[in-house]
Amino acid sequence: MPLIKNGAFVADRFIFIPEGQAFPEDGGVMVTLERFQSERETLLAHHRPLAVRLAAGDNPEVLKDDLGAIAAIALEFPVYKDGRAFSWARMLRDRFAYQGEIRAVGHFLYDQLAFMVRVGFDAFDVRQDFRIEEFARALGEMTYVYQPSVDRRKTVIDIRWDK
Amino acid sequence: MYRYDEFDAKMVRERAEQFRYQVERRIKGELTEDEFKPLRLKNGLYLQLHSYMLRIAVPYGTLAARQMRQLAFIARRYDRGYGHFTTRTNMQLHWPRLKDVPDILHHLADVEMHCIQTSGNCVRNVTADQFAGAAADELEDPRPICEIFRQWSSFHPEFNYLPRKFKIAVSATPHDRAAVKWHDIGIEIIKNDAGEIGYRVFVGGGMGRTPYVAKLIGAFVTKPDILSYIEAILRVYNEYGRRDNIHKARVKILVHQLGADEFRRQVEAEFVEIKKKGTLQIAPEELQRIEAYFAPPAFEDLPEESPELDAAVKADPDFADWVKVSLTRHRAPGYAITTISLKPIGMTTGDISSDQMDGVAQIMDDFGYEEVRVTHEQNLVLPHVRKKDLPALYARLKALDLATANAGLITDIICCPGLDYCDLANARSIPISMAIQKRFSDLKRQHDLGEIKIKMSGCINACGHHHAGHIGILGVDKKGVEFYQIQLGGSGAEDASVGEIMGPGFGKDEIVDAVERVVETYVKLREPGERLLDTYRRVGMAPFKNMVYQEQLHAAY
Amino acid sequence: MITANRLIDGEVLYWRAGTWVSALVDGEVFDDPAAAKAALDAAQSFVRDNVVVGLYAFDVRRTADGIEPVKEREIIRSSGPSNRTDTGKQAGMGPLEPRDVQPITL
Repeated sequence: MPLIKNGAFVADRFIFIPEGQAFPEDGGVMVTLERFQSERETLLAHHRPLAVRLAAGDNPEVLKDDLGAIAAIALEFPVYKDGRAFSWARMLRDRFAYQGEIRAVGHFLYDQLAFMVRVGFDAFDVRQDFRIEEFARALGEMTYVYQPSVDRRKTVIDIRWDK
Repeated sequence: MYRYDEFDAKMVRERAEQFRYQVERRIKGELTEDEFKPLRLKNGLYLQLHSYMLRIAVPYGTLAARQMRQLAFIARRYDRGYGHFTTRTNMQLHWPRLKDVPDILHHLADVEMHCIQTSGNCVRNVTADQFAGAAADELEDPRPICEIFRQWSSFHPEFNYLPRKFKIAVSATPHDRAAVKWHDIGIEIIKNDAGEIGYRVFVGGGMGRTPYVAKLIGAFVTKPDILSYIEAILRVYNEYGRRDNIHKARVKILVHQLGADEFRRQVEAEFVEIKKKGTLQIAPEELQRIEAYFAPPAFEDLPEESPELDAAVKADPDFADWVKVSLTRHRAPGYAITTISLKPIGMTTGDISSDQMDGVAQIMDDFGYEEVRVTHEQNLVLPHVRKKDLPALYARLKALDLATANAGLITDIICCPGLDYCDLANARSIPISMAIQKRFSDLKRQHDLGEIKIKMSGCINACGHHHAGHIGILGVDKKGVEFYQIQLGGSGAEDASVGEIMGPGFGKDEIVDAVERVVETYVKLREPGERLLDTYRRVGMAPFKNMVYQEQLHAAY
Repeated sequence: MITANRLIDGEVLYWRAGTWVSALVDGEVFDDPAAAKAALDAAQSFVRDNVVVGLYAFDVRRTADGIEPVKEREIIRSSGPSNRTDTGKQAGMGPLEPRDVQPITL
């Protein structure tokens, strides 16, 4: 699936390695949380770009101690109505000061992109037919925001009071 | 009342265009119906039995005259010349076309209105006491904090895909008129021992399949902290609320499964973290800015008693009946809070025609400081009326067919649209409520029966609040035939309680008789001063049940 | 019988011989379940083409006066709200020409 970062399609640094499949010699890999937990020592020792993919029900707090060694965390949307990842992304940025990539994977819509960016997602595994110009359009639909979030945009209240 | 600044105005404008693009993509087929449905719901658009239905937000139930006129216009131009006020104090239009909705949104934006988050799994329209800013026993006007909630919840990036819908209500008086304990979050504005005003926060109330009265979670949350506290509740819910079963997805189930103590512990832990950031603390200058919009009008210096009113009461017994039930004590001398019943006998509960809307708007201009409130009981309220204007006001209402003297009485029924309109309904509710109204139309009898709250829903989702009815009626479907269950003993007030199911249901030709037998049982058993609810609480279900079913047995033979 | 709502305005429609009509009485009644199934499959193309939504089949019974849906829900859908007989198909208030057997333009 095409990957969007910084508003453009980019090559994916990671190859997803399903359960039971051997790792390639080198290059970035993405693994499930289960695999990360069972092969943690090996994976961390290898020093290659490492990404962990979490299911919608996984609280990323379990990765808290290893965040410095994880280059990307993929948060899954099993169906687009399942909004848990909005909180997980925000916790990663806000609570754990995670600086790596937070990638949206699974089923999500154009209409959610602006919210995703606001809570800390910065990579988007979009549908094959996604038109890249739509990305900027999605982020531009609403000029103002009411809530403080991890994107540190000035809220309407900040603007009202010139903060 | 609150007025949009350039930012609020731009938000609703852009929302209209955002929705236009969603509609375009749906019609072109770029969005499937499954994808589009949650998007249109977030904008209050349902597909019902006959047509689409658009739910327009009336934040905390407050409407200005120009907004009422615009609703009248929209209903005339895009609908069938009427609208329907709901238990969430919103207005529903039953006949709009999908392709017209973006234009309707712009007409709403013209008068600072919108449909944002009136449905969908997000924070819904916040409701408040309909007597806010006028009630004699109020600690402070609850609407400024409601407006803060409205802005905070609108397009909240983290909480727009919750497990299920989320409803907040605020009350600031000891007598709860906003049914706060029936909400996902119910807030009571209180004063602590130090004399400081803050919030008592209840969580996990709700109707539907599993009715619960909300549990006390935050005993006293300070004013600047309240958004942080609510954000903490929403985060715990978003992370851990159930998503595997739609009937178990409301926060009430999470609170029930964790227990109030554990839920509170998780909320408090989250609250501490959010507070550390500090970005959600409410700035006093912003609160003051919003409060200024809700400053009461400059009341005239009037004597408490009005000779004009007293004379009219003596001269016109119909007016006297209306005065008896329609007025509530106002904080300013010489003023009255005036309820306009939207329950004329034999008419659809909560419906109002465009002509009536225009008429009410004129009344708002002439007698009501251009303001009206929508109540969760599907009535309207003029919050500030000079007592001496009441006879003239009554004459105007009468001309509009809006002078029914039944507010708070047995014919003041809460009723959802039911199977006459609703795709989710199992049975009709409106015709039953009309039939009950006709049976009890005698005003003397109604006054003798006193406060009886009948609340009726056409399905288990309980939009008609049947769990909170002194007499609750639930429509069910038995093999394609409509049946009706009776519940007794529910309350939506400060003494909130869940009604108890009386027994097997009744057919549509039996239900009115059954209600009448419940009422007769009350009349037989009541002690002086007791309402039906009080008698039920004293004697329990058995006498009611015996009376109702025994007689049904006889009738069957 | 087979029914759906038109996407663009929500109007209730009934299937008849490969297209849609607005009145229940003009709709096609299937006595053979296999024929109903085949028609339902054919009607799916209108869902795929984003012309109608909420497609399904429902039961009707034959009465002395013609046909009548078995469920109250379908009786109400076919006529309009029973509390407001001045609206809906019963009042000729749909956007479609009522009673006209001609297929409607979609």
